[in-house]
Amino acid sequence: MDKDINIKVKVWRQNGPKEKGRFETYELKNISQGSSFLEMLDILNEQLVNDGKIPVAFDHDCREGICGMCSLYINGHPHGPDGEITTCQLHMRSFDEGDTITIEPWRSAGFPIIKDLVVDRTAFEKIMQAGGYVSVNTGGIPDANAIPIPRDKAELAMDAAACIGCGACVAACKNGSAMLFVAAKVSQLALLPQGKPEAARRAKSMVAKMDELGFGNCTNIGACEVECPKNISISNIARLNREFLKAKLKD
Amino acid sequence: MSWLIKSSIGRKVIQSISGLFLILFLLFHMSMNVVLIFSHETYDFLANEILGANWWAIVGTLIIGLGVGVHIIYAIILTLQNWKARGRDRYASKSKTPVAWSSKNMFVLGVFIALFLIVHMYQMWYQMQFKDLFGMEGVRHDGAQLVVDVLSQTWVLIAYVVAFIALWFHLNHGFWSALHSVGWNNDIWMKRLKRLGYFVSTLIVLGFIVVAIAVHFGYSNLLA
Ligand code: HEM
Ligand code: FES
Repeated sequence: MDKDINIKVKVWRQNGPKEKGRFETYELKNISQGSSFLEMLDILNEQLVNDGKIPVAFDHDCREGICGMCSLYINGHPHGPDGEITTCQLHMRSFDEGDTITIEPWRSAGFPIIKDLVVDRTAFEKIMQAGGYVSVNTGGIPDANAIPIPRDKAELAMDAAACIGCGACVAACKNGSAMLFVAAKVSQLALLPQGKPEAARRAKSMVAKMDELGFGNCTNIGACEVECPKNISISNIARLNREFLKAKLKD
Repeated sequence: MSWLIKSSIGRKVIQSISGLFLILFLLFHMSMNVVLIFSHETYDFLANEILGANWWAIVGTLIIGLGVGVHIIYAIILTLQNWKARGRDRYASKSKTPVAWSSKNMFVLGVFIALFLIVHMYQMWYQMQFKDLFGMEGVRHDGAQLVVDVLSQTWVLIAYVVAFIALWFHLNHGFWSALHSVGWNNDIWMKRLKRLGYFVSTLIVLGFIVVAIAVHFGYSNLLA
């Protein structure tokens, strides 16, 4: 049964990218366990505004687990203690009366802090721009059914395509590595005939961009897979390694 | 081939290949040690005639040394780069993500192994092949007796066992991780590779430890 609970939240506050940050602890009374985690933060911000203080900045958009905008490292887990969901899908029933909840931004050299809990994830955008697409070649529109795709390949490609690019993999990784993200983005296309012609170039340039932007070397710890809200498997990382090595050996 | 050192995946391939090579070497080394249990004479024959200070043994030693060197240098490079990639500010809350303990502690485990290696190289290799090569005093050709002398000291036995337990953890993660790094893995093979990794690491570590304990308590040269 959902109750109303009294909690404390310990939130990272940082005025700007270069400022020094600190934790602030706030008390919240009568939070319904039926409310979502972000609604709880909305209530906190209303309280702060009413007190004449500056509200906490945090990222969010769709609030239904598809856009990848929400982040937050909650009590030692990216996207909080509940499995296979994003922060916006997290509910207060994961917490109890009297809990102190620690809320931090993603921490990684590749994701610098902009303000409070908001980090700059344009690095992912840049990696995508380096090759995470299929070039559009104009001409007649081909019939989708004209290209046969084995069912298992289609399934694996769909699983990889579930990645919403939220960055939880990087946030969870002791090495600050973006390999799960890049692996998903390379795999979703490498598995399909449409992605094949550019597969080698894609793997090489996306990995090069990832390295250039300062993400770490993957040591196959697997924390990324555990915390991924979309259950992207690290088997994709093996596939990325394969694609990359194949491309390099062919050169 | 500069991508091997310039790209993250390339560096992982170097770490992986050197690690796999060291596993192969350890399998060979362990088999050789097992001979001690049965016959000191055969062991000394293998050590002096087949290996010893012959050119092929010297080339072999250099290759293994290179393997260890590359593995350690890349361990340091990877670990430092990853430390930097994590960013200067760390999480205040301790990570609660459940992951295999050994996977997070590969460097620390490696340091334990490396410390043991220094002692081990001094106690064995330096006394035999090294002194032989440079015509130094006190070179030992009675390898089996040297092993018995060294392992009869209790602290050596303890250091030996501790180092090999560290190696066991290192290889539990290292084995499948190495194959994953060169791209040989998928959802089906993951379980198999992990199990094979347990098997290989247990085989190697058990082999070394059993011989060490047997020698310490005088159960060697049983067929003589
Ligand atoms: C005989 C001794 C050793 C063997 C057989 C061995 C074997 C391995 C293997 C198979 C890997 C996996 C490579 C990969 O993931 O791609 C590995 C990784 C690693 N080793 Fe070793 N290693 C040994 C000694 C050492 C030493 C002395 C150090 C450090 C001082 C060390 C540090 C590391 C590190 C940091 C990694 C990377 C972690 C990872 O990729 O998961 N190792 N080792
Ligand atoms: S806000 Fe869109 S995924 Fe959470």
